[in-house]
Amino acid sequence: MAERSFAREVEDLRLGEGEIFRGEGILAITKALLQAGVGYVGGYQGSPISHLMDVLADAKSVLDDLGVHFESSASEAAAAAMLSASVMYPIRGAVTWKSTAGTNVASDALTNLASGGVMGGSLVILGEDFGEGSSIPQERSHAFAMKSQMWLLDPRPNLTSMVKAVEDGFELSEASNTPVMLQIRIRACHVHGQFVAKDNKRPDFTLKEALENPRRDVNRVVLPPASLFHDKEKLEQRWPNAVEFIRSRGLNEHFGPADGDVGIILQGGMYNGVMRALQLLGLADVYGNSLLPLYVLNVTYPLVDDEVADFCLGKKAVIMIEEGHPEYLEQSLNTILRRRDISTKVHGKDMLSLGGDYTTALMVEGVKSFLKTHAPRLLGNQPPTPDPKPVLENAKVKALAEVVPPRPAGFCTGCPERPIFAGMKLMEKELGQHHVSGDIGCHIFSVLPPFNIGGNTMGYGLSGAGASAFNVKADKRPIAVMGDGGFWHNGLVSSVGNAVFNKHDGVILIVDNHYSAATGGQDILSSRAQNPTRSTNNTIAEAVKGVGVKWLRQIDRTYDVAKVRDTLKEALTTPEEGPKVIIASSECMLNKQRRVKPQFNQAVKGGKRMVRERFGVDEDVCTGDHACIRLSGCPSLSVKHTDDPLKDDPVAAIDNSCVGCGNCGEVSEAAVLCPSFYRADIIYNPTRLDRVAAKLRTLFIGFLQRRRASRQIAFAA
Amino acid sequence: MSQNSSDTVSRLAAEKPITVAVLAMGGQGGGVLSDWIVNMAEAEGWVAQSTSVPGVAQRTGATIYYIEMLPPKDGKLPILSLMPTPGDVDVVLAAEFMEAGRAMLRGLVTPERTTLIASSHRSYAVTEKEKPGDGTGDPAVVVEATGVSARRAIVFDMQSLAEANGSVVSAAMFGALASADVLPFPRSAFEAAVRAGGKGVEASLRAFSAAYDKAREPADKSPEKREPDKSLPPLPASDPHPGLNRLLERIRSNFPETVQPMLFAGVKRLVDYQDIAYANEYLDKAEEICRLDAAAGGVSRDFAFTAEVAKYLAVAMAYDDVIRVADLKTRASRFERVRQEIGVKSDQIVYTTEYMHPRMEEVAGTMPAAIGRWLEESPRLFKALDRMVNKGRRVRTGTVGWYLMLHMLAGTKRIRRRTLRHAREIEHLNRWLELAGTLVPTDYDLAVEIVSCRRLVKGYSDTHARGHSKFDRVIAQVPRLKGRPDGAAWLSRLRRAALLDEEGKALDGALQTIDSIYGDKAAA
Repeated sequence: MAERSFAREVEDLRLGEGEIFRGEGILAITKALLQAGVGYVGGYQGSPISHLMDVLADAKSVLDDLGVHFESSASEAAAAAMLSASVMYPIRGAVTWKSTAGTNVASDALTNLASGGVMGGSLVILGEDFGEGSSIPQERSHAFAMKSQMWLLDPRPNLTSMVKAVEDGFELSEASNTPVMLQIRIRACHVHGQFVAKDNKRPDFTLKEALENPRRDVNRVVLPPASLFHDKEKLEQRWPNAVEFIRSRGLNEHFGPADGDVGIILQGGMYNGVMRALQLLGLADVYGNSLLPLYVLNVTYPLVDDEVADFCLGKKAVIMIEEGHPEYLEQSLNTILRRRDISTKVHGKDMLSLGGDYTTALMVEGVKSFLKTHAPRLLGNQPPTPDPKPVLENAKVKALAEVVPPRPAGFCTGCPERPIFAGMKLMEKELGQHHVSGDIGCHIFSVLPPFNIGGNTMGYGLSGAGASAFNVKADKRPIAVMGDGGFWHNGLVSSVGNAVFNKHDGVILIVDNHYSAATGGQDILSSRAQNPTRSTNNTIAEAVKGVGVKWLRQIDRTYDVAKVRDTLKEALTTPEEGPKVIIASSECMLNKQRRVKPQFNQAVKGGKRMVRERFGVDEDVCTGDHACIRLSGCPSLSVKHTDDPLKDDPVAAIDNSCVGCGNCGEVSEAAVLCPSFYRADIIYNPTRLDRVAAKLRTLFIGFLQRRRASRQIAFAA
Repeated sequence: MSQNSSDTVSRLAAEKPITVAVLAMGGQGGGVLSDWIVNMAEAEGWVAQSTSVPGVAQRTGATIYYIEMLPPKDGKLPILSLMPTPGDVDVVLAAEFMEAGRAMLRGLVTPERTTLIASSHRSYAVTEKEKPGDGTGDPAVVVEATGVSARRAIVFDMQSLAEANGSVVSAAMFGALASADVLPFPRSAFEAAVRAGGKGVEASLRAFSAAYDKAREPADKSPEKREPDKSLPPLPASDPHPGLNRLLERIRSNFPETVQPMLFAGVKRLVDYQDIAYANEYLDKAEEICRLDAAAGGVSRDFAFTAEVAKYLAVAMAYDDVIRVADLKTRASRFERVRQEIGVKSDQIVYTTEYMHPRMEEVAGTMPAAIGRWLEESPRLFKALDRMVNKGRRVRTGTVGWYLMLHMLAGTKRIRRRTLRHAREIEHLNRWLELAGTLVPTDYDLAVEIVSCRRLVKGYSDTHARGHSKFDRVIAQVPRLKGRPDGAAWLSRLRRAALLDEEGKALDGALQTIDSIYGDKAAA
């Protein structure tokens, strides 16, 4: 497995009946799966659900004890297809990914799964990567639920509710023969809280039993006429069954007084924020008492029309608090009321914002304007709401906008991808700017300063395909950059295979850092580590040769900036036809350090001779032009001001977090920058030979130094 | 309001959670800090909730961790928010000074409630450090904003304090938080949380304790500054070395007092760079400048022209060449400084490897002028030699052979003044000084700005060439700026623009503006 250990989190999975689980939301859900008797789990890692995958990957003993199969799927499509095991057999299965990115990839399988329906409970856990901190386009998973007739749970964001949603989800799925999606927002995935655990449960029906007693039913196959029948079944059986289950089990919740002139309908995930907004308006307290009736949709699809109508009946107006757009729930609410001729006024996005995070402050304003319109008396006792405006309008605070720098995520200290883009920048100095098609992964940070390389991204593993139109005779070739993660996810076929088949003349640069690094350093097919439960060391080079790539260069040390530059130049100028593939490979430094650092410290402690490398800058040689930084951006390479009256600008400086990757030296050498960099090799536990050599050298060098110093004239003061 | 609803209002509990926001950069231990806070609160019987929106892996971006805590009431758990509300935060912990600024910009720090605990150290963002000039943000702005935003502020360099105690900034911040008495838990509860964390406990507790004490000391009166004061000691009364003493005498008797410290810095640099004679040459030129200055009414301007020349003439005369690099790299003081910077312990051995990339240009530059020129004028030979010379060399300064080579290279300082490079540098600086000198009588301010433009020439090889070309482009504007009331202001603007980016885009923009105001270059 990857270099980070989740052994402690695995212990939490063993908690039994009545014990208190304390930890992160996504881990609570992981535990809930085991409590629900899940038979198999798959998924594709990505924020914010990576930890579910990571912990289960480390939890082999727990899973083996329970007879649960876990696998790291090659893609979300592979994960979704895995749920096929629950179509014919009463086995509970769960898969997970980042949404909507992964749901897009999984849609093919999800559509087929939802068409035929399921027998065993099938749960798709979606890390809803929306709002602040999100790394993907802002879309809603809700749309997928509607188009495929899958049910969507959006529980209140506390561990108890999320854990309950897992159990409810399986049952709902079984009661309605429909796969269920469980949507958890970023903050809820990472929320620290607690719930009372139950014992883990072995699956009632195992994969082994299924394999040994195969069943088939042609009516479950997505083939006409069965597929047309599926559609009827969805509308006439599965949907009503689901609504009945949700209603009878009371999955949606009511809070506050039973009656009132006005009410709030909200997605479960918005509950804590709405409660805080009401508290700030003097209409609720922190322990959950509300003066307004609340109807909380822990299931946001399908709606239980009767419940919705009942809540609205007799109310002058309701407001729907629904994050993201379009306002599907608000539209449905209008339809439900209109069909029943209920005249309750409906508000929502007219008083909140159309898109973006529904922050507490935004909801305070929205609810306030709702109440002003329909129940102004409720605002009579309103305490002053927190208001940062006066201080934000102060000129001294406004001045901060000029000095506080943007600080997006970027390449880590010692990242092996940095020298690749330094090499590319140097290539551009000679051959000019090129069209660079980007992908998903750490390497996309190249679009930020200081590299400013690369344009659009069309999806995971699709950078090559994204450049496919540029297959015309021209004086420059396009460059597609993709990571090893993207390569195995989709890139081998959709980008590389596509380029071979269509005789594409461009360059495909594959960044191989031995892990799926951006998602937390998980192993993939080409990882170099030996993994007892997975097959690794399947090289990218063999794979691309297998699909017909003829021009292939492998760079095994990306820190060789000059080689990267020259290889790119060769790829861009060679007369050879067809795709030019460069595999630039060095281990992800974050993961390497996780492995190597403890080993190093251990060896030093044990008295072994060890050499640590790090870089430094001679500040009197540095002229403060920062050319090195423009080819690096490394967190450990920074600037510092000096007290030298003859120097205006700060000089470069390297701090102790330097891992000695070598980029600084290679760059200053390849770009002919300046001789101020030095590499220091620090010898720990020097041997006797080391000490003698050092002594002799010091004697000789010291003599020369003293002799010259004695001739050097200098002021006494 | 009806009787009925005020009854209901009174049924609402009045409690509010304590809210804490931690602003940190990935890798600074913001997660550890928020775990400590949560675990402590839970150990004290409170309900605590933390959230964050971190990217999974990368270690650089700004991140906010948010914590709320409150005791349960009658067995009922509080409902806590997952994100901070501007104006509703009790404590903001910022692990870096500009992150404190970011917290204020987001409205998280308000004078009614917020205690701001911030480390005053800077960790520069890429956009700050990539500028060819000084692109760092001014911390004084953050200090000013803190004064109006925070109810109370505890600000000191927690990073250095943590490092001094072998720990990381999060431990020091936790100590400052304990010391601030804003959470209702005793110091022992804080320390217990650190112990329960189980990693690097002793070092963490040392940093915790040091920060705890430091936070109780009265705050430093001196405001945070972007840079240290420049070291400009006054002119010493005398020097035992007769040659040096004469230099001091010359400065004392021939220059106004205000420029003496800078001249002293100049001669110090040049004696170190070359010899006493070279420093005297510097003073010769400076004296001439000073006379021009006085004639142009310099007295009333504090001899600004001379002062500027004193600085940039020294910089120009101590140009960076391979001889200088070899000299600096071989000094005993440099060996010692490396050991200190790297933190090498006495039982460890350290060797340095220098990354040098000499080109034929540098080799020719180090030749006597005539030979150097001849080489440059023989392009085929030059190219052939360049192929031999022009490659990266890893120089292991701590080994005998390499050291000897650098030592001898540094020794060629004796012939420096006969080299091609020297001839070029002196010619360039003479032209520059002459241009400035001729303008002093008629446009004093512009002349001072011309001298300052020398700041643009720095770096090595390509960077040096680019600096030169920027310098030339800026100086080329002098003919059409001279005599204009805002001429000096324009030149200053051009210089600052030239320092904003490498390619000179900002400079292009500024030049276009001048074109549009004063007509195109042809008209000038």
